[in-house]
Amino acid sequence: MNERAKLETKASPHVALFATCLVNAMRPSIGFAAVQLLEQAGCRVDVPMGQTCCGQPALNSGDQEGTRQIARRNIKMLEPFDHVVVPSGSCAATIKVHYPELFAHDPAWLKRAQNLAARTHELLSYLTDIRGWAPEGVHLEKTATYHDSCSGLRELGVKKQPRKLLAGVENLTMRPLAGEETCCGFGGTFCVKYPAISNAIVDEKAAAVEATGADLLLGGDLGCLLNMAGKLHRRGAKVQVYHAAEVLAGMGDEPAIGGDA
Amino acid sequence: MTAAFSARVDAALASPTLKLAIDRTTGTARSKRAAAMAAWPEFNIARDLGRDIKDHVIENLEHYLVTFEKNAIASGAKVHWAETGAQACAIVVDICRKANAKSVTRAKSMLGEEIGLPHALEEAGIERVETDLAEHIIQLAGDPPSHIVWPALHKTREQVAELFRTHHRDPGALASVEAMVGSARRQLREKFMAADVGISGANFLVADTGAVCTVTNEGNAELTTTPPRVHIVTAGIEKLVPSTAHAMAMLRLLVRSATGAELTQYTTFHCGPKQAGDLDGPEEFHIVLVDAGRTRMLAEGLADMLRCIRCGACLNHCVVYRQIGGHAYGATYPGPMGAVLTPSLSGLEAAQDLPRACTLNGQCQEVCPVAIPLPTLLRGWREKAWQQGFEPATVRWAVALWRFLILRPALYAAASAIGLRLMPLFSRNGWISRLPLAGGWTAHRDMPSPTGGTFLAQYKRRMKK
Repeated sequence: MNERAKLETKASPHVALFATCLVNAMRPSIGFAAVQLLEQAGCRVDVPMGQTCCGQPALNSGDQEGTRQIARRNIKMLEPFDHVVVPSGSCAATIKVHYPELFAHDPAWLKRAQNLAARTHELLSYLTDIRGWAPEGVHLEKTATYHDSCSGLRELGVKKQPRKLLAGVENLTMRPLAGEETCCGFGGTFCVKYPAISNAIVDEKAAAVEATGADLLLGGDLGCLLNMAGKLHRRGAKVQVYHAAEVLAGMGDEPAIGGDA
Repeated sequence: MTAAFSARVDAALASPTLKLAIDRTTGTARSKRAAAMAAWPEFNIARDLGRDIKDHVIENLEHYLVTFEKNAIASGAKVHWAETGAQACAIVVDICRKANAKSVTRAKSMLGEEIGLPHALEEAGIERVETDLAEHIIQLAGDPPSHIVWPALHKTREQVAELFRTHHRDPGALASVEAMVGSARRQLREKFMAADVGISGANFLVADTGAVCTVTNEGNAELTTTPPRVHIVTAGIEKLVPSTAHAMAMLRLLVRSATGAELTQYTTFHCGPKQAGDLDGPEEFHIVLVDAGRTRMLAEGLADMLRCIRCGACLNHCVVYRQIGGHAYGATYPGPMGAVLTPSLSGLEAAQDLPRACTLNGQCQEVCPVAIPLPTLLRGWREKAWQQGFEPATVRWAVALWRFLILRPALYAAASAIGLRLMPLFSRNGWISRLPLAGGWTAHRDMPSPTGGTFLAQYKRRMKK
């Protein structure tokens, strides 16, 4: 058995929750849901207090040197843990896919970046693929639809895992979303650099969400969820938006993103 | 955002018909492609093969260029080399003049658009007749193409009927698409037969036979290249494939990705001029091989982009293209592939918005039949734009300040706490509809008001209890 497989089958891995800057500022309940789910899945969870951001805004702005500074800091901070779990496909992909690319010409840091990449997981896929966890005794008498955020879907292959987990929530009815794999128009800094284009994209997405008639819109990436929730609210739609982790942690009855208003 | 790009985007988004036209054509293209892929489980294998064929050619470009030239000359063709687009246009105009050409028919070629050939022919006083139906439409409208496969994609069929009613000799009722095609056919037929020179592009240049492959659904390439005395091909040097078998492997990828069909209605391998005993064909057959920045792309790290076979799938699946259409890109090539090519062709400073106006969602790469890592290439341009200082000062300062905080957790926590305390001052019922410094967000959507401080602060408090 190799080193990595040993870690993954460990009964109680030491896990760092990398909450992401958006969850930290805008939706702490996703962080608490993630801690709860990871503990239910048998992990020893730590929330490193020095964490800030994965560096994606700098990376996508083309500031490679700036991103490397942030990456080196995160790599060091996350070295003591068996696994690093992130409740966001795009932030997980930044660490897993893009950190190693950043150090392609720096062998020492490349090794450390690759090591972190191998230990880093997106939350929903970690719960199913690595921990084999499934929800038990979680009820929610609602209909919901699911948006596949692009980075998680295309960079990390997160597709079936959230659906499998949500299928285990009793009384929750899932409805298909037309264009579920089409980008919502968030794109990180794109949405404020090109607001008119982003608006046109998210308007179409919001219309598709409304057309499902579902009570809830769920997803795995807070940036996209804030974008869609904000547009749905501006359109006067009643759809409530949650991170899938919140529903899985039994928080689907608590106030949705933006509250109930 | 540069003022020029902003103005083009605003114009596109304000058009009452553009979105309808884009949705009709790209929607059909997406669903037909999806059906074709569902019926083709070996797509991934075919795509890897297509990628490898093109990579092999690009890695051995000199060998295949020389082989192609030798075999084309042996077939009776004349081969010309052009380093720049202007040189290529001059060569084409010179051939037309030597042939005393008054009228030229042209089958759609994106390379021709890229090098400005339509304009060069007009400058030279030569009548230019576009024979591809969509090119015919935009010639009547005086528009540049807005899509690499469907150049008139920005026109609704209602607008096309209006154009035909105004410009066609014998438009008839134009009550259906068939009737409109009939009107165009009546209009173009005699032009085909009267042309002195026919100009086409190339989908593939076949090195081991010296043949030029074109694909169309209208048969206009054949009518452009066969009746006139002279046939001129303009082709980018990246169009080479080693053999006919390789061209067939690429055709499977090209056509399914573009239209979802297994093959185009017309697939022709043009090889040399009319031979003794041939019933028809041109007396002269010229091939102009054009670099126009392609070898520079190799040096710029864009070798992957030279695999592109111009199928248009990345445009059809791009959320940005589907909102703003082709003209907003302000370049010959729009969409993801255009956003990679244009900074190289027209300069990064002028085209800096194109790589940035992208959500990096990756669907373009997913559908690309030759596996071009388009998001990676777009990121590469963003890095160059950052290094060369094209990013506006406001963004540079904002990123620098943010990075300063990100690297100092205690300061970051303090700044976050202040921000989170201020934000609720702007909220009503849990939502913020106007927020200073966040106008790009709140102009179009609301922002949930944060409550209760940061996750880290709350978690720390809970752990102490």
